[in-house]
Amino acid sequence: MSVDTGSRSDPSAGLPEDARQWTAKLRNSATGKLPPGRLLPDRQPAYVASWIYVFGVLTVSALLLVIATGCVLALKGPAWWHVSSAGLFVNSLHLWSVEAFFFFMVIHLWGKFFMAAWRGRRRLTWVTGVVAFLVSVGAAFTGYLSQQNFDSQWISTQAKDGINATGAGAFFNVLNFGQMLMWHIVLLPMVVALLAVVHVLLVRTRGVVPPFAAPPGRQDGMARTGGSEPSVEGDRA
Amino acid sequence: MSEPRGSHGRVRRRRFNPDRDVAEWHGRYVPFDLVKEFVIALVAVAILVTVLAVVFSSPDDHPVTVRSWSNGDPAGFAQTAITELDGTSGSATYGPPYNTNGTAQSIGFFSPAKWLGVHVPIDSAQDFVIGPLQTLPDRAVLAAVSLYNSSSAAQQAKWTAAYEKAVAKATFGNGRLRIPAGDYGPVPTMMNALVSMARSGALDGALLSSRQFYGSDYTKPLLFIADGTFLSNIAQSQHLAGDQWGMMNETGNFPGQAWLWLYTMWYQVPPMKTSSNADLQVWAIMMLLTLGLALVPFIPGLRSIPRWVGLYKLIWRRHYRQLAATDSSATGAGP
Repeated sequence: MSVDTGSRSDPSAGLPEDARQWTAKLRNSATGKLPPGRLLPDRQPAYVASWIYVFGVLTVSALLLVIATGCVLALKGPAWWHVSSAGLFVNSLHLWSVEAFFFFMVIHLWGKFFMAAWRGRRRLTWVTGVVAFLVSVGAAFTGYLSQQNFDSQWISTQAKDGINATGAGAFFNVLNFGQMLMWHIVLLPMVVALLAVVHVLLVRTRGVVPPFAAPPGRQDGMARTGGSEPSVEGDRA
Repeated sequence: MSEPRGSHGRVRRRRFNPDRDVAEWHGRYVPFDLVKEFVIALVAVAILVTVLAVVFSSPDDHPVTVRSWSNGDPAGFAQTAITELDGTSGSATYGPPYNTNGTAQSIGFFSPAKWLGVHVPIDSAQDFVIGPLQTLPDRAVLAAVSLYNSSSAAQQAKWTAAYEKAVAKATFGNGRLRIPAGDYGPVPTMMNALVSMARSGALDGALLSSRQFYGSDYTKPLLFIADGTFLSNIAQSQHLAGDQWGMMNETGNFPGQAWLWLYTMWYQVPPMKTSSNADLQVWAIMMLLTLGLALVPFIPGLRSIPRWVGLYKLIWRRHYRQLAATDSSATGAGP
């Protein structure tokens, strides 16, 4: 009978001979790019000191509230909020979460624009942020179409002309309540959530973009080696 | 960090571009409790949203139904219904994706709606008038519909044109439309039956597109309602019309989809304001602008705007102030 001697502290940890496994490669790649200290750092560069940085976390917070209140509405079905004061209140929470989400996100976006936050191999972070904003516009739009009230009727009958002109109306019928509801509560939130996760992980991987360098001669804490150097990262490993 | 390599495997060092590259930070790191910041933000936003929900609630104006429309404006309903029957309504002449009776919007040769064709087929006469009337258990109405269907297209057009002119002066009383006398064939019987059907609410159900028990597609009733003026008159009074930046507004004084301001703005300016291809033109502009925004980091000139504008000096003012202080102390300490 074999006896476990307890020589390995973590029996699920990979051995060198397992390194060729897809699982091991994925784990090693993930932990290499995003070790715990970088995923949840307890220190940030000294230049991370402005109110503009707050709007990123405010956007994520508002998104979580949008999803949470949307889930409560989903529990009772799309007609609930029209006939129940509790439902109306939850719908109001959902609406104002969306308004707050966009308010924070737009400030975050323009803040990052004026910081040129794509510098230093952070271009994908910028692109995922912009795409997340666009998909969020679609998610909110389909939400307005799914309200089953006068606003839904008016917005859908007005918006159909724009959508139809692009040819998208052949597949995306804004007058079809069932289709719009499915897009609103399944497809688009899934994409927004996925993009938000990727965006945040990219921020953690690449770190917060450093300020534009001070004029030559000043000590700004950045290693600059003359006029020619490869693009480098500003985050601590 | 991997460095770009040339075709012969040599390291290629590209010129430092301040709008693309950054230098590695070797300065101070300060304590920053990320989780605590997140929890505080979540609680703060939850409180803010709750206060807004309690104070302002959310709008929920009742939808317009064919029943409410035909009871509120029976003559207006009949005026729209006859255009559905004679094929002159907005839906009847829309074009793709509903039918081939209209011209799809285009910019030069670019006309995606035309290329994709009809995917949500709508025959306004059959779907909005004849089909629903054929569900009625009324012999007189069925006979009128049968007579209309069996008549030549020229005869149908003669009746409907005369009726369309007459119904513009229609009044409504005792459950019937009153129009000047004339040769309208079976059309008055059909229209009176349709108005009665609409006023009872039966037409709302008959217009639902589903061929099964459950349905969630409101394409037909919405197109029919939107062809009339009842819906748009309410929208106008609620500052929702297209020339009132209506797409981004909602009923009441709620902020609506304020993030659509740029999209809505293009409809307010020439040439889109009066163009018959305005929708496609606005979408084309928005797609180009969106592509530009997403690809800012890759576009020389565009990606330099933040450095030229200099708003970053305000954002990182503490950082630059510290640099200035370091500079001056270094100068003062010098020989």
